[in-house]
Amino acid sequence: MSSLDLVNIQKSFGPVHILHDVSIALKDGEFLVLVGPSGCGKSTLMNIIAGLEEPTGGQLKLAGNDITHVAPAARDISMVFQSYALYPNMTVAKNIEFPLEMRKVEKSARDERVKSVAKLLQIEHLLERKPRQLSGGQRQRVAIGRALAREPKLYLFDEPLSNLDAQLRLDMRTEIKKLHQRLKSTIVYVTHDQIEAMTLATRIAVMKGGVVQQLGTPHEVYNRPANTFVAGFMGSPRMNLAKAQVTDAAGGLVLEFQTGNAKKISLPLSEQFNYLRKYLGKEVIAGIRPETINLPAPNLDHKEQQRPFSAKIEVIEPTGADTQVILNFGGHEFTATLDPDLALSLGQETQFTVDLTKLVCFDVASETLIA
Amino acid sequence: MDKTLMSRVARVVLYLILIIMAIGFIMPVYVMIVNSLKPLDEIRSGDLMALPIAWTVEPWLQAWSKSQIGVQATGLKPYFINSFLLVIPAVVLSTLIGALNGYILTQFKFKFADTLFAAMLFSVFIPFQIVLIPMAKTLGYLGLAGTVKGLIFVNVVYGIGFTTLFFRNYYAAFPNELVRSARMDGAGFFGVLHKILLPNSAPIIVVTVIWQFTNIWNEFLFGASFSDYTSFPLTVALNNLVSSSTGVKEYNVHFAGAFIAAIPTLVVYLVSGKYFVRGLMAGSVKG
Repeated sequence: MSSLDLVNIQKSFGPVHILHDVSIALKDGEFLVLVGPSGCGKSTLMNIIAGLEEPTGGQLKLAGNDITHVAPAARDISMVFQSYALYPNMTVAKNIEFPLEMRKVEKSARDERVKSVAKLLQIEHLLERKPRQLSGGQRQRVAIGRALAREPKLYLFDEPLSNLDAQLRLDMRTEIKKLHQRLKSTIVYVTHDQIEAMTLATRIAVMKGGVVQQLGTPHEVYNRPANTFVAGFMGSPRMNLAKAQVTDAAGGLVLEFQTGNAKKISLPLSEQFNYLRKYLGKEVIAGIRPETINLPAPNLDHKEQQRPFSAKIEVIEPTGADTQVILNFGGHEFTATLDPDLALSLGQETQFTVDLTKLVCFDVASETLIA
Repeated sequence: MDKTLMSRVARVVLYLILIIMAIGFIMPVYVMIVNSLKPLDEIRSGDLMALPIAWTVEPWLQAWSKSQIGVQATGLKPYFINSFLLVIPAVVLSTLIGALNGYILTQFKFKFADTLFAAMLFSVFIPFQIVLIPMAKTLGYLGLAGTVKGLIFVNVVYGIGFTTLFFRNYYAAFPNELVRSARMDGAGFFGVLHKILLPNSAPIIVVTVIWQFTNIWNEFLFGASFSDYTSFPLTVALNNLVSSSTGVKEYNVHFAGAFIAAIPTLVVYLVSGKYFVRGLMAGSVKG
């Protein structure tokens, strides 16, 4: 358990820059999730933390000590690999024992540790089996067990759930979360799945093109995305992003959505958005979460920032828990997440409301959040 | 003709062809065994295919321990032992070196790794004759000329190209995460090889051992060139038995001797042939 500091980490292969100046400071006990599309450099960053790759520039500190050029074995970091990387020639017990054996821990202490780890992960009955005799979920547990065995300063998880089927993935996700709550260990976790990131992290680093786009708590990243990439990446279904004109009407600012000859939609803004005044007469990119759009309901009407609009329903996709509807929103395709029990009719012009409390706006040129 | 009859006929034809081929392959073995169990005059007068009239194991005993090969009438026995003293260390050493080379060539991304591998691969295609004189000089320089140790050295050097090829291709397809994981768990250079790679290399070890065993066991040119009366391998002794005996040619003894020389490789194939085919596929196709 320790703090981890990444200071201006860079990595390039010849002229190709994989990581540009990544700096992240992680406090003891934090659960950092590195998330991004494939090729964003998240796995490279993890390998650099593990010591399996050398950074081209920058510095790594673990618990205050510089480990930039320390060999992987000497870093006191454990890693859980995507393929689990269980040693096929060894039993489960031997696998868990291996890192301790390599560190010349005494046999009795090793056995003790294997037992307690197995108990913690409920794999005591599997100890004498070989990895090929285990199911996916059991292998995952053994891999975590091997990482836990030597009680390192830092744990790394490299997409550990991506080889599991959907149901098991949810279960293991919960288990990893529980484990972190119990052990209070420092964890760096790589995934491309934004839901995993949201559910597990105490902090999320959203990466793209070797650059950290945003580093923040799940709440910050979800509600105040730093740019349109983060806005679109985090959340499912995606946040609706559309260009809108900032205009002035009696009493305040108005956002106007229109493309082509579609019917214009105007949303009057409250004083909360007065910072948009400098964009008066210009365009911004407005971000509206699907779940903030609703059908008008009597009890919702009282909310101060509910704005009515009408739009045509183009597609209805029931998921069971809710229904996703694609609307023609002033010529833009907008997704709305609605109550599954509502009676909706396809192709109909319908009245909706949108809650603007969580509206975010981005600069058109830089695509960064206007605040 | 209806379909089932057609396919049945096709099947019969197929088996006929296979049986004829099998007979073709087994015939020399049959001839060797049958004639090694006959007295000499039966071979000279009768035909080679006939079963013995007066069965005898005398030719086998002759070949094994009585016939004149070197200075003394010792039979093939001491040379049989020589061959084992040569084959076992040469196979073990060349296999281990091949594994080490394969490990280094695949797990450490260093410059010129592929060039180096290509160069080692090239050694596989060098004909034995080319290296005879330089090798003789080298052995003389090392003081190993005319000894079993010298032959071990030659065969190990010559085998490294093959064994490296086998292991390099096998380890190129080896899951990288296992090696990375072991490194993070604290295994060092030899730790990874000894604890992770070698225990998971059974198929390719079997292939390499069979390949090296048969090659070195059957090797003749180096044996004939770099050994003396004390260190002849079995192949050279067999040649001496067959070609240099004065007076009457004892064909029955020659057949028995040749069969004795073939027994160890036959045993190796029979015991592990299944793995050999499987391992060859695993090593070459995936690599």
